[in-house]
Amino acid sequence: MDTKLFKELGLEDIHGKIQAGERISVEEGERLFACPNVLAVGSLAHLVRRRMHGDAAYYVVNQHINYSNVCVNGCRFCAFGRKKGDSLAFELNVDDILNKVKARTDDPITEVHIVGGCHPDLPFSFYEEALRRIKTLRPGLRIKAFTAVEIAHFAKLEGISTREVLTRLKAAGLDMLPGGGAEVFSTRIRALLCPEKLSGQGWLDVAREAHEMGIKTNATMLYGHLETERERIEHLDALRRLQDETGGLVCFIPLPFQPANTQIKDAQPTTGVEDLKTMAVSRLMLDNVPHIKAYWVMLTVKLAQVALYFGADDFDGTVIEEKIGHMAGAESEQALTRRELERIIREGGFRPVERDCFFNAVKRG
Amino acid sequence: MRKSFIHHEGREEREGTMETGRLLEKAALGERLSIDEAADIYGQADFFGLGQAAHSLRLRKHPDPVVTYVVDRNINYSNICVCGCRFCAFFRAPDQEGGYVLSREDLAGKIEETLGLGGTQILMQGGHHPTLPLSFYEEMLRFIKDRYPIHIHAFSPPEIVHFAKLEGVDVGKVIERLRAAGLDSIPGGGAEILVDSVRKAVSPNKCSASEWLGVMEEAHRQGMRTTATMMFGHEEEPCHRLEHLLALRELQDRTGGFTAFIPWAFQPGNTSIRRSPETAVSYLRLLAVSRLVLDNFDNVQASWVTMGPKVAQLALQFGANDFGSTMIEENVVAAAGVHFRLSVREIRRIIEAAGFKPRQRTMAYGPVEESDRDQS
Repeated sequence: MDTKLFKELGLEDIHGKIQAGERISVEEGERLFACPNVLAVGSLAHLVRRRMHGDAAYYVVNQHINYSNVCVNGCRFCAFGRKKGDSLAFELNVDDILNKVKARTDDPITEVHIVGGCHPDLPFSFYEEALRRIKTLRPGLRIKAFTAVEIAHFAKLEGISTREVLTRLKAAGLDMLPGGGAEVFSTRIRALLCPEKLSGQGWLDVAREAHEMGIKTNATMLYGHLETERERIEHLDALRRLQDETGGLVCFIPLPFQPANTQIKDAQPTTGVEDLKTMAVSRLMLDNVPHIKAYWVMLTVKLAQVALYFGADDFDGTVIEEKIGHMAGAESEQALTRRELERIIREGGFRPVERDCFFNAVKRG
Repeated sequence: MRKSFIHHEGREEREGTMETGRLLEKAALGERLSIDEAADIYGQADFFGLGQAAHSLRLRKHPDPVVTYVVDRNINYSNICVCGCRFCAFFRAPDQEGGYVLSREDLAGKIEETLGLGGTQILMQGGHHPTLPLSFYEEMLRFIKDRYPIHIHAFSPPEIVHFAKLEGVDVGKVIERLRAAGLDSIPGGGAEILVDSVRKAVSPNKCSASEWLGVMEEAHRQGMRTTATMMFGHEEEPCHRLEHLLALRELQDRTGGFTAFIPWAFQPGNTSIRRSPETAVSYLRLLAVSRLVLDNFDNVQASWVTMGPKVAQLALQFGANDFGSTMIEENVVAAAGVHFRLSVREIRRIIEAAGFKPRQRTMAYGPVEESDRDQS
């Protein structure tokens, strides 16, 4: 894309800053959202992505386990959570979780991703035991488990501090926290959509605490419901400030809201151009977060491949047994094989690199 | 033609060169690309440069930020087919179970439903039925035209060639008789890849490339408009795709009868061709190259049916100016296991969200009166 185009679009100054590797402001982020030419915004994000990662596109061979969908929060955007006693409610016991891990011991999985609802009465020892037994069963497996929201919930239920929760989970085998539950940090939006959930500040506090203890985390943003573009940018800015302080964020994951089966009836699904623009602006705002993920479960595989040109460098994983997105009507496949993932990345024009949860390249014999 | 670019296809991210940059600039201004130049940009140009050039050319041809769509239905009058193309998941051989020929009653029902939904045309195609005479198709057209004010876009060139052989008359005569019976325009289906070596491998019993082009030339000569398609991503090489585009461009130079070009990706589910489906990035690159090479085509269509609505929306920045059809009914791609559904309202919302004005059109790409439109 030539300088002339950015001039025509009134983005000459932002183009200059990006080329020089300088940080863009919240207002500049808003101007990028307002730009009608998604290719221009995408090409800026691609410039940054190329500078950071060259032609590498990462993926992970992982397993998702949802231990329970029973949840006290009742967030309006969620199609997964159920009240206790609901006919569709489920909860796994520790043996069930172990059996799921055992069932895949022959697969070259490097990461298990474990999240669930905020369960009203499972004791904290349940989570500790699950982690401990997984680590014993498969010591090489990295456990990425429990969003900041779950961590705060465990603390409340157990009557201990979040630091204590993190300390005990780390001792039990926790390697990393996933980025879920961040939604958008805006107080206005949380009051409308998830008033029972941990606040935006609370989420950031748990993440900061984890980082201070040497526990890396990811971060997400659920967009495309009732939030404004300004609120998206403010969310990104809050993460950028946290990252300046701690450096503990590994990967940012923008998640398009899937309205089917949720309580937000009139909402329309996001369109492809909006998904790509959000991806690109995320890359450009989060200059200090190493990785941006195109989560194909939510985006569709086809759009996720295109997103590798719009700032994303990670294609997520092979994802066995994903439930949360699919219960909200996500139309993507349930699982992708490693071969298929590599083919899609290569045909997109990138070099597939298998990674672990910390984005270390995985060497296979 | 230089073959070197084939090695670049889908292997490493292309960064573009001074030369491809110059070619893109030239093509964006509507200047003609040679096949070597087309091969250079297809193989080497960077993703954004290609999209931007295709979009610039699209805006030169259609300066208004309008994206059109048509409300229609695919009606497959029969799935019985003697061709047995390896890429097809829809057909049944004549002696196979599950074959059908649509009854008049079912046909009428489908058309009434289409009109009720604000539809203006039907796209009617079927297999190469071994015994139905030309009079069957003439009567079907008359049956429709006597009853319904609807545009009939029907019988792809391979069907017309098949009718001619079965009836023992020439293609010109078949088109004349079908026109007299009510045929309004001919769809560009069955083009697959217009290179005989590829056709021999994937659809050996179907009409040749020159027969396909011959039907279109004859139809244009008789004053009928047609579309053109390309089904890619099966057993062809990238250079065959470019040969296909050049064959269309050459015919269009002579007749000007094509209204639109519609490339779509082969869907391998339930077919006899074992390969993975074409990816979105490959689709967008080819779409952009199509827009730039087909400098004498007004309209290029995005394919949400095969690529999904999200990628089809981005295709509006890669050279496409038309969102295709609402496809009240679609059977052929669905038979390969791909199911996307979109309402008129959803199509309009997607077009608007991409920054364009949606406008319902006819087959000839003229506007449909707003008062006629059902926005449900």
